Amino acid sequence: MADAALFEFLHTEMVAELGAHHSDPGPGVSAGVWGEKVGSGGGQKMSLSVLEGMGFRVGQALGERLPQETLAFREELDILKFLCRDLWVAVFQKQMDSLRTNHQGTYVLQDNSFPLLIRMASGLQYLEEAPKFLAFTCGLLRGTLCILGIKSLVTASVASLPTCKFQVVIQKT
Amino acid sequence: MAVCVAVIAKENYPLYIRSIPTENELKFHYMVHTSLDVVDEKISAMGKALVDQRELYLGLLYPTEDYKVYGYVTNSKVKFVMVVDSSNTALRDNEIRSMFRKLHNSYTDVMCNPFYNPGDRIQSSRAFDSMVTSMMIQVC
Repeated sequence: MADAALFEFLHTEMVAELGAHHSDPGPGVSAGVWGEKVGSGGGQKMSLSVLEGMGFRVGQALGERLPQETLAFREELDILKFLCRDLWVAVFQKQMDSLRTNHQGTYVLQDNSFPLLIRMASGLQYLEEAPKFLAFTCGLLRGTLCILGIKSLVTASVASLPTCKFQVVIQKT
Repeated sequence: MAVCVAVIAKENYPLYIRSIPTENELKFHYMVHTSLDVVDEKISAMGKALVDQRELYLGLLYPTEDYKVYGYVTNSKVKFVMVVDSSNTALRDNEIRSMFRKLHNSYTDVMCNPFYNPGDRIQSSRAFDSMVTSMMIQVC
C-alpha cells in the first residue's frame, strides 16, 4: 500500500523542483537543471519537456520489462490495451477506465480518478496547475509505445480534476 | 555452451556481439548477419499464422556443418542470436531456452540502467559481460 505513495511523493517533488526554476527571478537568464540556459518565458516549456523526457525514458524501461513471456501484440489495439491494463496497474495500481478510438490512429484513454491528481482537488480548483502533473505520464505512455514499435504523440487534457484524458495519435511514417 | 552471442537492435544493427575464439571473429559476425534474414522470416511467418501463443524463442535458425544458430526475439523487436558448437550434442532445447531467458533478463536490466541510452552499444555493463562469459564455452 505504501509503495504507491513513494512514487506520488517523488513525482510531486519532481514537478515542484523543475517548475521552481522557471519562476526564479534571476538576472534574465539562469542555468536550468541540465546546465542549459533557461529564459524566464520559455522556462515552463523547458521544464515540461524535461519532465516528459524523464517519463519517456522510464516508459522505455517499463516497456522492456513488463510484457510477459509471449509475443502477445498482434496489432496496435493489443498494445493500447496493454497500456491501459498492465502498464497502468504496474504504475498506478488501477486500470485505465476507458479506451476509445476512431480506428484511424487516434486513441483517447480516460482515467476517472487519476492517482497523481486525486490528492490535489476534486472539481475545477487547480485546473491551470494540472498540466504540469501530467507531463511525466504523457512521456511514460510515449516511451512505452516507442519501445514496442509505435511512434506516437501523447497529449493530456483535464476538464475537471481528477478525471483526465490522454490522447495518443499514432504517427504514420 | 555458446560460441558466439549477439544482441541485435530493432533496426538490425548489433548492440553487443562477442565470440569465443577471438581470432576468426569475422566468421561469426557474418553468420549472425546472415541469420538475421531467417529471424525476419520467422517473425513475419508468425504474424500471418493466427496462432494464439506466439513464442519469443524462435528455435534453431539454421544448422551449418560446424555450428548451430539459435534465435530469440523480444517484444521490443530486439533479437538475440546464439551460435553453438555442433559437436556439443548434450545441449538440449531446454538449456538453450534457459540461456535465452537469462540473456533476456540481463538485457532488461541493462535497459533499466539510467546510465544506458537505448540504442547505444552495450559496452560498460559488467553484469551483462559476466553473464555472457558464464554462458560461453571454456577454451583453455
